[in-house]
Amino acid sequence: MTASEQAGDTKGIVHGTLRLKTGLAEMLKGGVIMDVTTAEQAKIAEDAGAVAVMALERVPADIRKSGGVARMADPAKIREIMEAVSIPVMAKCRIGHFVEAQILEALGVDYVDESEVLTPADEEHHIDKFRFKVPFVCGARDLGEALRRIAEGAALIRTKGEAGTGNVVEAVRHIRRINRQIRELRVMGDEELVSAAKQLGAPLELVRLVAREGKLPVPNFAAGGIATPADAALMMQLGAEAVFVGSGIFKSEDPPKRAAAIVQAVTHYDNPDVLARISEGLGEPMRGVDVHALEEQELLQTRGW
Amino acid sequence: MEIGVLALQGDFAAHGRRLEQLGASWRRVRMPEDLRGIAGLIIPGGESTTLLKLLARTGLEEPIRQLVRDGIPVFGTCAGLILLAQRVLSPQQPSLGLLDVTVERNAYGRQIDSFEAFGTWLAGATPQPLELVFIRAPRIRAVGPGVRILARLGEEIVAVEQGPVLGATFHPELSQDVTVHQYFLQRCANAAGVASPA
Repeated sequence: MTASEQAGDTKGIVHGTLRLKTGLAEMLKGGVIMDVTTAEQAKIAEDAGAVAVMALERVPADIRKSGGVARMADPAKIREIMEAVSIPVMAKCRIGHFVEAQILEALGVDYVDESEVLTPADEEHHIDKFRFKVPFVCGARDLGEALRRIAEGAALIRTKGEAGTGNVVEAVRHIRRINRQIRELRVMGDEELVSAAKQLGAPLELVRLVAREGKLPVPNFAAGGIATPADAALMMQLGAEAVFVGSGIFKSEDPPKRAAAIVQAVTHYDNPDVLARISEGLGEPMRGVDVHALEEQELLQTRGW
Repeated sequence: MEIGVLALQGDFAAHGRRLEQLGASWRRVRMPEDLRGIAGLIIPGGESTTLLKLLARTGLEEPIRQLVRDGIPVFGTCAGLILLAQRVLSPQQPSLGLLDVTVERNAYGRQIDSFEAFGTWLAGATPQPLELVFIRAPRIRAVGPGVRILARLGEEIVAVEQGPVLGATFHPELSQDVTVHQYFLQRCANAAGVASPA
């Protein structure tokens, strides 16, 4: 019997509903989710005010450098991080690798990121996320990709950006594209929505829902290349509801200070006076790479469809 | 009458939508000056550790305590309740200490243990069923003598009030049921000496 069943009447108690899955994302809004590779980094992130941590073996910048096949982290590593902090812990599985996802669910992680940062295990299918009680976050570069992931059961969407670069340009491109595509749907007639659904490669019912509501049916966060408080505030002003920071914190000169500053930047994203104050004297940000200097096969964002 | 919703982090927009649905106007509270003139304050769900740090960095702790001393209703849900409680367990952490309860964080387990259920609302003329949404929820482990119980799940206490301070371990802003926000707005209207918009 679970703790919730002990609490009261066992009848009518349900777990794993979409409302509970998106509900946790609602609680993360206005917050920063930080990539960490050790219990010590997880503590630094929590002390800086992170709303959650992403438990990883290596941050994306190092995955990019080392090459080879990038897989789910060692469960011992994930457990160590879960024991170190009281905030939610997320972990990544490979695209389409539903057994890695089953393992992460069994470990009790709070969110699974079906992530293009790891090497895909299936180039045709993403995971059927409705089969899980644990909620999933998935990356998207445009509205069609976001709606396909939602159709598979994703409870949270994030921009893909270009992870591990410290360069926000791709995340900006992705959120602007999604915003523009949503605005375009808003003014379409019913017959045009059918055609738009075909072009987007997304289910018509979800396309109609977005046209009516003017937003995605699940929360929409930013990720990929965010390295400074100003980057984080930029994504928030462009409409992101929270921010993932991967390599940007622990690849910088002063991680605790930068982490705390990015947390404040996401809260006060529309207050330039506060942003100016918290951006002062943070030390060197991560070095970063120009996305245009990357070869096509080095891009992570083109993984998945 | 305008309600403030603490908007440092968390699901403040969901509370805002519920207030709008009930015809109440609201504003986001991010700085101490945003508290001026409000008839009530909601502290939403979110991460209590994050909210604690942001409260301290923005200097909002003392102004919120002053609201309560002035008799203005303050309502915390989930993380908001944790911030209002006098004692917090697992782990122990500081709080505003405005509600005489002991709260244990993440007391039902992790996200896969999050759940929906029906409990009982006790603050109306007769007890009535209440839809409850619990997300990585805390549990109220003990209440002081001056605390009134507003809702239960089975035997367990899930919503309380003490003077102008209200707290719930669940998320009324995520359910379809407007009972709890209606009750809070009535408390705010009574304190302000006006008619409730709900």
